[in-house]
Amino acid sequence: MNKKNIEQNAGITVLFLCLGTVALILVVILWDIFTKGAGKISWAFLTQMPKNGMTEGGIFPAIIGTFLVTLMTALFAVPLGMGCAIYLNEYARDNRFTRLIRMSIRNLSGVPSIVYGLFGVVLFVQLMRIGTCILSAGMTLGLMTLPWTITASEEALKNVPQAYRSGALALGATKWQSIRTNVLPYAIPGMLTGTILGLARAAGETAPILFTGAAFFLPFLPESLFDQFMALPYHLYIMATQHHDIEGVRPIAYGTALVLIVLVFSMNLFAIILRYKLRKVRKE
Amino acid sequence: MQKLKERSVNRKTGKSQNGNGEPAGPGAAKGKKMGEIVIRTEGFNFYYGDEIAIKSVTMDIYKNKVTGIIGPSGCGKSTFLRSLNRMNDVIDGTRIEGKVEIDGQDIYAPGVDVVSLRRKVGMVFQKSNPFPKTIFENVAYGLRINGVKDRAYISDKVEASLKGAALWKEVKDRLNDSAFDLSGGQQQRLCIARALAIEPEVILMDEPASALDPTATLKIEELIEELKNDYTIAIVTHNMQQAARISDYTAFFMLGELVEYDETSKMFTNPGKKITEDYITGRFG
Ligand SMILES: Nc1ncnc2c1ncn2[C@@H]1O[C@H](COP(=O)(O)OP(=O)(O)OP(=O)(O)O)[C@@H](O)[C@H]1O
Ligand SMILES: [Mg+2]
Repeated sequence: MNKKNIEQNAGITVLFLCLGTVALILVVILWDIFTKGAGKISWAFLTQMPKNGMTEGGIFPAIIGTFLVTLMTALFAVPLGMGCAIYLNEYARDNRFTRLIRMSIRNLSGVPSIVYGLFGVVLFVQLMRIGTCILSAGMTLGLMTLPWTITASEEALKNVPQAYRSGALALGATKWQSIRTNVLPYAIPGMLTGTILGLARAAGETAPILFTGAAFFLPFLPESLFDQFMALPYHLYIMATQHHDIEGVRPIAYGTALVLIVLVFSMNLFAIILRYKLRKVRKE
Repeated sequence: MQKLKERSVNRKTGKSQNGNGEPAGPGAAKGKKMGEIVIRTEGFNFYYGDEIAIKSVTMDIYKNKVTGIIGPSGCGKSTFLRSLNRMNDVIDGTRIEGKVEIDGQDIYAPGVDVVSLRRKVGMVFQKSNPFPKTIFENVAYGLRINGVKDRAYISDKVEASLKGAALWKEVKDRLNDSAFDLSGGQQQRLCIARALAIEPEVILMDEPASALDPTATLKIEELIEELKNDYTIAIVTHNMQQAARISDYTAFFMLGELVEYDETSKMFTNPGKKITEDYITGRFG
C-alpha cells in the first residue's frame, strides 16, 4: 500500500470513529432509558395521580399538563408564526429593514431557553399579571417556538412556485386571493412540518415553564388555563434531582423519561412522515 | 369556435398618429386605415430600478389581429408584454414613464383597478403554469375568484373555454384528473382555456410554444389563428417562421426600442430597415 492509500484509510477510520461514538452515545442513552423505564410503564402508571409524596402512583397529571401546555404553545405560536411568515414572504419588500428582522428571528432561535423563561416571568406573569399558569407557560414556550415556526413557514412558502402566484394574478385575482387559494393550500403542510418539530422541542423544555406555571406537585388536575400544572420534563427533573428519596423514585423517573421521549419522538416521526408524503406529492 | 361573449363595442377609434407626429403603427405612415386600436402606448419607458428596459415605445395594437413581437434575447419583449397588464407591478423597484392606453383608458393612471385590468387583458406564460388542481378547477379558477357561484354556469363556461382552446375533445372524460397529468402542449392549451374562461378582450402570450414540440406548436398556432376572431392577441416569439405564419403585424424590438413595426408581410419581405432584415434573416440574434 502506498502512502496516499494509508492516509485515505486512516482518514476514513477517524471519521467513522466519530460517527460511531455519536451513534454509540445515543444508543446507550436510549437503551438505558428503555430498559430501566419500560418495566415501569403500565396503564396505571399512565393514568394515575402520584401517591405518597410521589413515591408511588402514576404520572397522569404530568402527561395532561404537558399536553395542555403544548396545545397552548401551538395555539399561540402557529397562527402568529404563520401570519408573520406570510407577511414577510408575500408582502414585505426585500430591504434592509426586513433583512434585519429576518436575521433577528434567526438569532432568536439560538437564545437559551432559560432566557425565554425569565422573559416570560417578567412579561406574562408580572407585567401582564396573568400569574403562573398554563397560559403564561404556553405563551412563553410559544415565544420560544416562534422563530422555528416563522422560519419553517417562510421556507414552505418559498417552495410554492412563483408561477402559481403570477398565474392567479394574471387571472384577476387580488394578491390575497392568490395567496389564499393558490399559495397557502400548498404551503400549509410544509408549514406544519416545521412547526411540529418546534412544538416537539417545546414539549421537552423545562426552563421556560419553571417559573411561569409548572408546579412541583398538584393533587388535582388543572381546571382552567389560569391554573398551574405538572409537566413531564419538570416532573423528570424533580424526580431525578429534587425528590427526598431520589434513589427510591428512580424507576418513576425512568418511566417519565421514557414517556417524554416517546412523545417527542412520535411528534418528530409524524413531522417526518408528513414531509415525506409531501415530497411524493410534489414530484407527481 | 364558439363565441364566448358578445362584447359591447364601444371603443374609441384611436388615431394612428401620436403627439410627435411619429408613426405609431404600421399603416400610419401611409395613412392607411388599420382598424380599431385596442392598445396604444405612447413614449413608454420602463425601468427596473435605474436600468431602463423599454425606451420610448409608441405602438398601436389592433383589434382582432395577431401582433407578433420579435427581437433578440433581453431586448425587452417580455417586459413590454407584462407592462400591458401591469404584471410588472409585482416586481420591486420598477417604474414607468409615458402612457399605455387600453380602450382609450390610461392603465397606469392613479386609481385604475389593476384586478379588473387583468381580467380584461389575459396572459399566457412562456412556461405553462397549470395550478396543482384538477383540469376542471384550473379553468374554473378565474370564475371562482371573481365570485361566480352558479355551478351550471361554471361548468358550461369550462366546457366552452376548453372547446375554445381546442382541448375539450382530449380532456372531456378526465376533467377531474390532475392538470399535471396532461402533456406539455395540453397544459399550455389548458392555460389558454383558463385565460379564456374570464372573457378577456386581449390575450398576451409570451413565447407560448417555446417549450413544445413541433406538433404541439402547430396546434397552438392553429388555435391562435382561431382565437383572433374573438380576441386581440399580442404574442412574443423567438421563432421567425412562427411570427411570419401567425401574426398580422410584427414589431421588432432591439435593446428596449421598437425598431420597426409593420404588417407582417411587409416586415418579412421588404423591411424598412437594414437591421430588421439582418435579424429576420438570422444574421444575428
Ligand atoms: N425582474 C427583473 N429585474 C431586473 N431586470 C430585469 C428583470 N427582468 C428582466 N430584466 C432585464 O430587462 C431586460 C429585458 O428583459 P426581458 O425579459 O423583457 O427580455 P426578453 O426580450 O423577453 O428576452 P428573452 O427573449 O430572453 O425572453 C433584460 O436586460 C433583463 O436583464
Ligand atoms: Mg422573454
